Amino acid sequence: MFGKLTLDAIPYHEPIIMITLAIVALGGLGLFAAVTYFKKWGYLWKEWLTSVDHKKIGVMYILVALVMLVRGFADAIMMRTHLAMAHGDGQGYLPPEHYDQIFTAHGIIMLIFVAMPLVTGLMNIVVPLQIGARDVAFPYLNSLSFWLFVGGALLINLSLGLGEFAKTGWVAYPPLSGIQYSPGVGMDYYIWSMQLSGLGTTLTGVNFIATILKMRAPGMSLMKMPIFTWTILVTCVLICGAFPPLTATLAMLSLDRYLDFHFFTNELGGNPMMYANLFWIWGHPEVYILILPAFGVFSEVVATFSRKTLFGYASMVWATAAIGVLSFVVWLHHFFTMGSGASVNAFFGIMTSIIAIPTGVKIFTWLFTIFRGRLQLNAMTWMTLGFLVTFSIGGMTGVLMAVPAADFVLHNSLFLIAHFHNVIIGGAVFGYLAGIIYWFPKAFGFKLLDRFGRYSFWCWLLGFYFAFMPLYVLGFMGMTRRLNHFDNPAWVPWVQVAVVGAVLIGIGIVFTVVQFVTSYIKRKENRDVSGDPWDGRTLEWATSSPPPFYNFAVIPTADKIDAFYEAKKNGVELMPAPEHYEPIHMPKNTGNGLVVSAFVIAFGFAMIWHIWWLAIVGLVGAVVSFIVRSYDEDIDYYVQPEEIARIEQAHHQTKANAVVQA
Amino acid sequence: MKEEKYHRCVRWLLMAIACSALGGCDWALFNSKGQIGVEQGNLILISIGLMLIVVIPVIVMTFWFGWRYRESNEKATYTPDWAHSHKIELVVWGVPLIIVAVLAVIIWQTSHSLDPYRPIESDKPALNIEVVSLDWKWLFIYPDQGVAVVNELVIPEKTPVTFHITSDTVMNALSIPQLGGMIYAMGGQRTQLNLIANEQGEFFGQSGNFSGEGFSAMRFTTHSVSDEDFAHWVDKVKQSPEVMDFAAFKQVGEPGEMVHHRYPIYPIRYFGQVEANLFNKVIGQYVTLKDSHSTAMHEAAEVQE
Repeated sequence: MFGKLTLDAIPYHEPIIMITLAIVALGGLGLFAAVTYFKKWGYLWKEWLTSVDHKKIGVMYILVALVMLVRGFADAIMMRTHLAMAHGDGQGYLPPEHYDQIFTAHGIIMLIFVAMPLVTGLMNIVVPLQIGARDVAFPYLNSLSFWLFVGGALLINLSLGLGEFAKTGWVAYPPLSGIQYSPGVGMDYYIWSMQLSGLGTTLTGVNFIATILKMRAPGMSLMKMPIFTWTILVTCVLICGAFPPLTATLAMLSLDRYLDFHFFTNELGGNPMMYANLFWIWGHPEVYILILPAFGVFSEVVATFSRKTLFGYASMVWATAAIGVLSFVVWLHHFFTMGSGASVNAFFGIMTSIIAIPTGVKIFTWLFTIFRGRLQLNAMTWMTLGFLVTFSIGGMTGVLMAVPAADFVLHNSLFLIAHFHNVIIGGAVFGYLAGIIYWFPKAFGFKLLDRFGRYSFWCWLLGFYFAFMPLYVLGFMGMTRRLNHFDNPAWVPWVQVAVVGAVLIGIGIVFTVVQFVTSYIKRKENRDVSGDPWDGRTLEWATSSPPPFYNFAVIPTADKIDAFYEAKKNGVELMPAPEHYEPIHMPKNTGNGLVVSAFVIAFGFAMIWHIWWLAIVGLVGAVVSFIVRSYDEDIDYYVQPEEIARIEQAHHQTKANAVVQA
Repeated sequence: MKEEKYHRCVRWLLMAIACSALGGCDWALFNSKGQIGVEQGNLILISIGLMLIVVIPVIVMTFWFGWRYRESNEKATYTPDWAHSHKIELVVWGVPLIIVAVLAVIIWQTSHSLDPYRPIESDKPALNIEVVSLDWKWLFIYPDQGVAVVNELVIPEKTPVTFHITSDTVMNALSIPQLGGMIYAMGGQRTQLNLIANEQGEFFGQSGNFSGEGFSAMRFTTHSVSDEDFAHWVDKVKQSPEVMDFAAFKQVGEPGEMVHHRYPIYPIRYFGQVEANLFNKVIGQYVTLKDSHSTAMHEAAEVQE
């Protein structure tokens, strides 16, 4: 009846897990009680859970990401503190089977359930506004993508209290991830949580390519798009190229595990090396999927706060596209040590170092945007400056490892760990944090307090240097990754310093939370009535904050790069209020995405625990409810001119009042 | 020779910078005791030096521009609509391009000269060692000496060593950081690694690829000794009555049990005799025995070449 699932699946004997579960349960209960007490279930359901509004879906993505960040960070701090104790006679406090789950979960959570939803969340909130569109191309699909992602996040969190997670490292190379060496449900949790969120991501990629290519405001040719939109377009192309191979690879691994296939085993002609190739054909573009949107954020932030047009727009676009193309021909640099021939290794090494050219161009482009500008120093620009310095170092260590002969000694060492945290924290995370602060007033109508943003930045920056510079050193000392115990006394001080860094990063995360809370409390003082709090340059700042659900009452014309800035400069109204508004065609909210996802979650859960009847119910349910939806004709409506006029009138009134008060 | 001298100069220069900046350089990769490792260390320093040509200006410019063009500095030039300059764009594309072109040449050459499969040139013939990674220990077979050892590696100094590597469990990597690079150990596959120790000493060895719960216990010490000591050691191992045949091999490969929540390092074991062709038999396990056994072996060997 319940497959492999029994009460023994709950890890009673692990105090760390049980305490965490207790806290989560209490928190969840509190939240449930609060929503019930304030009678907000109806509001939640109508305004958020069933919403197909890209802005709300974006906010929900970021919310889930921040919650998962806390979990991913808890894993990080456990790894660091355990290792600082587990040397010589010290045993640390985590047995291998637990420690191995933690570093695997840390990797998957941070990449798939923190960084990816931050990217998706930002692109959801910003892209339609930036191109002057009223929603994405396929609003229902967008909602479905989100709920599939939530399904993945739910499964990976379930693994904490029910069964186990994979103990293979986040790359999960077979044979270790095969059924012989990983017979437990941990690997199945890995597979299905990745499959669910991966499917969601692929659909998002399709959706945003269509949105960007087909729904731009009149006049906005491709070479007039804001750079952030450009980076998202390239990112989505990468998603559509890279995620299907991941889906296929994990499907093959599933066949190996469930039906005794031999794609990746040694028996019957299978070959684990194939997995490494396939995995990194997804894995390498994936890191550019994470970093390109951050590059886009920096481009917006640096131009806005230097009060200057972005230097070298065309170079920036070509560099972005070049990185996108090159990201597909470098995957082998993740395993030079597998023993390919010298010429093959050299090819991939050279291809990888070529990526440094467009990346270098981008760095100089941002620098020359600051050059002869008027740089306003705030949390966002501090992050940009911190990024320029830190990312350059990370880029250098990356190219170093692209030199195959050097990689043979650096491969899988802590040097590698330091490198990718260097580019992810110093690049992607700073970009996402800056992006959240930058577009927060657009999404919520009030600014975040800059002070706590700056505190958070400094903690992250110092924390990064304290946590990961020692890891570079440890890599040079020959320390390999994923050790849960070591004997070399020379490594100890460096491992201990890294703990300090991790704690600093933790304080940085706390400051971000403090920033949200205090800014919410003081939201009246920081209201953005103008819709343009930063003196912005692109279309999203031309509408109110938060924008009406239809984004733009009148679709603006954008025949120049930075159309909004040009309009302001020339004293032109970008969207003059017409005599009569035209009716606006909008999608209706739907709970169908949630329903489909609920069935898919049931399917995933059932597959993990081998509950076959539930798997059939889940799969059939998902397909049927999807088909039902496609026969639903009642999916859209027109917003009538009177209502638009009323909303717009109210907005102009607030704006006028604010001017009078000032 | 000239090239070596040049390398040494560059190395000293960069070492001086690295040491003054970071203090102390008792780091395995820059304190290499093997020719391959020394060259890899040099390569790391040369590559870093080359990239610093771009990275240092970037860092300086970040601080400089950030300070100079701050909002409050009214004296600085302000050109809000200046967004294009052919000269600057030429430089920002050109300089990285040139550096990467130089780097590409270096990559191509060193990928070949430091290819782990490339035999090391020496007056002495290479010592063959067959390595099998197990759960969670290393088996070293000395086919020419007819002995096998678990978790201890002894090699004569200044003698090229050719490691033939496979795995009887999941993927691992044979890594002796102070001698040079690593290569994966994979079931059903034979990989190869050529290393040489320039001097006598003890160097730590490990697995460079996570392989499960006992991964941290896959440590061993590499002893680089004189030729005589090596011969003595081989004699000592030969006196062991234990025989490494396929059954003993499978027994050694058992994962063992945890003590105090961790897999203890498997003790060093000597085997005075080794079943002939054991290594090929280990690799050939996965080849379907459709034809005669020897044909399968032959194919397995051929596939690896």
